[in-house]
Amino acid sequence: EDKEEDESKEEDNGSQQNRASRRKNYQRKNGDGKKAREERIQKKNRGKMAPNKDQKESENKEKKATKRGKEGENKQKKDRKNSISSASSNSSDEESLSEEELAILKEQVEQKKKLISTMRNKPWRMVKKLSVLREAQDFVEKFEGALGKGKGKKLYAYKMMMAKKWVKFKRDFENFKTQCIPWEMKIKEVESHFGSSVASYFIFLRWMYGVNLVLFGLIFGLVIIPEVLMGMPYGSLPRKTVPRAEQATAMDFTVLWDFEGYIKYSALFYGYYNNQRTIGWLKYRLPMAYFMVGISVFGYSLMVVIRSMARNANESTADGDDDNFIFSWKMFTSWDYLIGNPETADNKFASITTSFKESIVDEQESNKDENIHLRRFLRVLANVLIICCLCGSGYLIYFVVKRSQTFSKMQNVGWYERNEVEIVMSLLGMFCPPLFETIAALENYHPRIGLKWQLGRIFALFLGNLYTFLLALMDDVNEKLAEEDVVKNITHWTLLGHHNSSAGNDSTVTPPPLDPADVPRGPCWETTVGIEFVRLTVSDILVTYITILVGDFIRACFVRFVNYCWCWDLEAGFPSYAEFDISGNVLGLVFNQGMIWMGSFYAPGLVGINVLRLLTSMYFQCWAVMSSNVPHERVFKASKSNNFYMGLVLLILFLSLLPVAYTIMSLPPSFDCGPFSGKKRMYDVIQETIELDFPLFVAKIFSYVANPGLIIPAILLMVLTIYYLNAVSKAYQRANAELKKKMQMQREEEKNKRNNKASTNPMLQDLEDLLTPSTKTEGPPKQAEDKKTESPNGTSPVGKPGRGEVLAGSPLASGRGAAFTPPSQVFVTQPRTLGVRASFPGQPRPWGHPLGPVPGRGRGQPCY
Amino acid sequence: QDCTFFTRKEILRLHGRYHEMAPNVVPMDYTKDPDVKLPMQLIINMPELKENPFKERIVSSFSEDGEGSLSFNDFVDMFSVLSEMAPRELKAIYAFKIYDFNTDNFICKADLEKTLNKLTREELTEEEITLVCEKVIEEADMDGDGKLGFADFENMISKAPDFL
Repeated sequence: EDKEEDESKEEDNGSQQNRASRRKNYQRKNGDGKKAREERIQKKNRGKMAPNKDQKESENKEKKATKRGKEGENKQKKDRKNSISSASSNSSDEESLSEEELAILKEQVEQKKKLISTMRNKPWRMVKKLSVLREAQDFVEKFEGALGKGKGKKLYAYKMMMAKKWVKFKRDFENFKTQCIPWEMKIKEVESHFGSSVASYFIFLRWMYGVNLVLFGLIFGLVIIPEVLMGMPYGSLPRKTVPRAEQATAMDFTVLWDFEGYIKYSALFYGYYNNQRTIGWLKYRLPMAYFMVGISVFGYSLMVVIRSMARNANESTADGDDDNFIFSWKMFTSWDYLIGNPETADNKFASITTSFKESIVDEQESNKDENIHLRRFLRVLANVLIICCLCGSGYLIYFVVKRSQTFSKMQNVGWYERNEVEIVMSLLGMFCPPLFETIAALENYHPRIGLKWQLGRIFALFLGNLYTFLLALMDDVNEKLAEEDVVKNITHWTLLGHHNSSAGNDSTVTPPPLDPADVPRGPCWETTVGIEFVRLTVSDILVTYITILVGDFIRACFVRFVNYCWCWDLEAGFPSYAEFDISGNVLGLVFNQGMIWMGSFYAPGLVGINVLRLLTSMYFQCWAVMSSNVPHERVFKASKSNNFYMGLVLLILFLSLLPVAYTIMSLPPSFDCGPFSGKKRMYDVIQETIELDFPLFVAKIFSYVANPGLIIPAILLMVLTIYYLNAVSKAYQRANAELKKKMQMQREEEKNKRNNKASTNPMLQDLEDLLTPSTKTEGPPKQAEDKKTESPNGTSPVGKPGRGEVLAGSPLASGRGAAFTPPSQVFVTQPRTLGVRASFPGQPRPWGHPLGPVPGRGRGQPCY
Repeated sequence: QDCTFFTRKEILRLHGRYHEMAPNVVPMDYTKDPDVKLPMQLIINMPELKENPFKERIVSSFSEDGEGSLSFNDFVDMFSVLSEMAPRELKAIYAFKIYDFNTDNFICKADLEKTLNKLTREELTEEEITLVCEKVIEEADMDGDGKLGFADFENMISKAPDFL
């Protein structure tokens, strides 16, 4: 029963439908021949939504009087007027001439009916409405019988009902749809307390979750489940069996926690898969599927990132155009009138306050005027400092990695030497971001832009992290490859496990029927890499959660409860509550995703872990934020499109694509594990499939397509296309900016123009009528009388189009036009809106506009 | 029925609600057109309005005597305008009335401040409020008289994406 802001749109639709249906009814009654006239009436009425009913009434009467005379004139000048473009009124009048009386009556009844149906739109007091309504109803009843209809009304009512139902259904559907968006409520709650910037992180997290869910479905549905269902069971092959030496401890928790033992020899990792071309009765080509899924994980991710970036960009340009009334809209339309629940109301109050604060920050930022040179100098200084920091830490990482390589060759090194890289990395990760933040304070950016800078800088720092990790991994892999050659060539060999992750090898002779657990096997570098990634992910999860728990929750508890007995104010003073660290969390998420992308090829189960992680962190972080964080000091509004996050994701996706592509294209797969074992390169599986499973010509086509002579021109073409599209978009942007400027100018102009006129319009009259309840009773009739006295001077509004056309038409008709032209009072129904032109109304202008009742003009606002 | 956006049934239900609020004052039978009014205190305690920061304003702008007492006609009128079927133009008129605290047909700075305080439960500082009010006037005031007339208001609100 209350109103809701969002529904006005639907409401509009509804009224549109009403109108349409009404029109249809009318048409049915009057026959198709009078469409033109009916259109005219429509026009007139639409133009007159605002003027009140008394005017309409008076028009009616006046029309009755004047129409006949006009009709005669029309007939005489019919032939001449027919040459005029849209002589709608004339032609219809001519047709209905014979039943003139009837038509007028009909029209009047129609008018009354329309009045009845639009009655509810009038802002009058109920009492007045009631009395007017009764009058109108009487009138209609009196004449309707004579005209013999009433069937249309039922149909109309039915249509109205259907329209209503439809609107309701649509709204319910919308509600349902929003209900289906996961965590919408949670995110909104966070947003209302912490502002949109914090919420943007959670929205990003949700998006990430969606992407990962799809990847999870892809990998599980196409790789893991077929393997589990149709592949050879555990223990049937060496690669699917835990080696003899490890079997004793394979089930221990510590071993499992390190992802060794049974977990290592499970479908979660690359090494478990067999290189059998087809498996099961479905002849499912698992190696092929594995390869394709690996590719399509990247393909899908790229596509999704790009698409959402493009959509965000679209959105931000689409509704960023009208930002003239930010504060006004916030002020007047932010309350949701449907709220009836105290808790929701609290949230709403919080969110309105927050949004006001956000806008205020924006506003203050744009109003700031200080020493621009000083600011510039400070910014340059800050950037120099930060670049120094980055270079320093980069060099430090490089140096430490180098050192660790020498250490790894030495025997019996201490604990510190072994873990030096990790320690340095985590120290850097701990101290650099706050340092950057301190330096960034120099720059004095708007917090939104500041966040972007901060993100970019920490991102650069973390790249070092990534670099060391990959470097270590590559070393590992190379070592493993060398090791593998040895295993391959010499079956009798006892290998000392250099590495924690390398599989121990048995030293038994291997006749073929040996138990699979006893077969000596290579180190299988792919699985090692996979395990490395999984370990990293899991430890990352743990670290994140523990940090949140200790850094936020325990701290909050401490501050909250110890504050009662402490010598200074903990809440306001030093430890205080934690703020939500947007940049850190976003980057953590982004880098974690990079790990997933890199690792999912070698450890198909990794995505499953990540899905769980995102799911739990959604709840956990939501809870942590709401329970133990305080909002930022300067709540700022997140940019509507979080394209910056997307850009980071894209970058990391690209970066993580590189190593995977490198290993696929240029490293030989292990000889005894994984779906590609026995092949020279992993991508050979495609070649094989094409050769064996497709007809010959496909192979031929493929070989042609893979020809460099074709690929290079294709790339060239793409580059050219990109260049062209870029140029086009630039041109559009420029045009857009130009248009915006024009609009702004127009607005100014309008402002000026309006300053010169005291604008009174029908809407305002209605309003005054309302606002002075005491005079209300006698007000309207008097008004109506005024109108009546004025209006006989002018022709009816029906005459207006004719006049307009005469003016617009031939100079030949101008003389007559002048005679025919009514005095200015004709505009009385739309007093000031046409004021500019009305100031010299009688003058026949050679190229005057057809200033007939333009639909919408009369709404109250001149919209030049 | 033609005066509102409600069907007969809905109006009857509204009457039920109206009756419920003061069963001893409101007669069930309205054929004799009795002159009964309910005071504002009862109306604003309806669950639909209870949480609304502008409840007093809403009720008093619909009341015929300007004091906040609603006759049943006014009551129906209020819900009719607030219903989703009502057109934007109509809502804009009443919204203007609601925000016009001192009923001088203009939304002036004092009105804006009151609105803002109600919206944010007075959590903004003095300067912030002044800033916001100035911005609003600057944005929406087309005729430069330092306050918002209805024309300004309507112009502004008709462009708002989520008005009502």
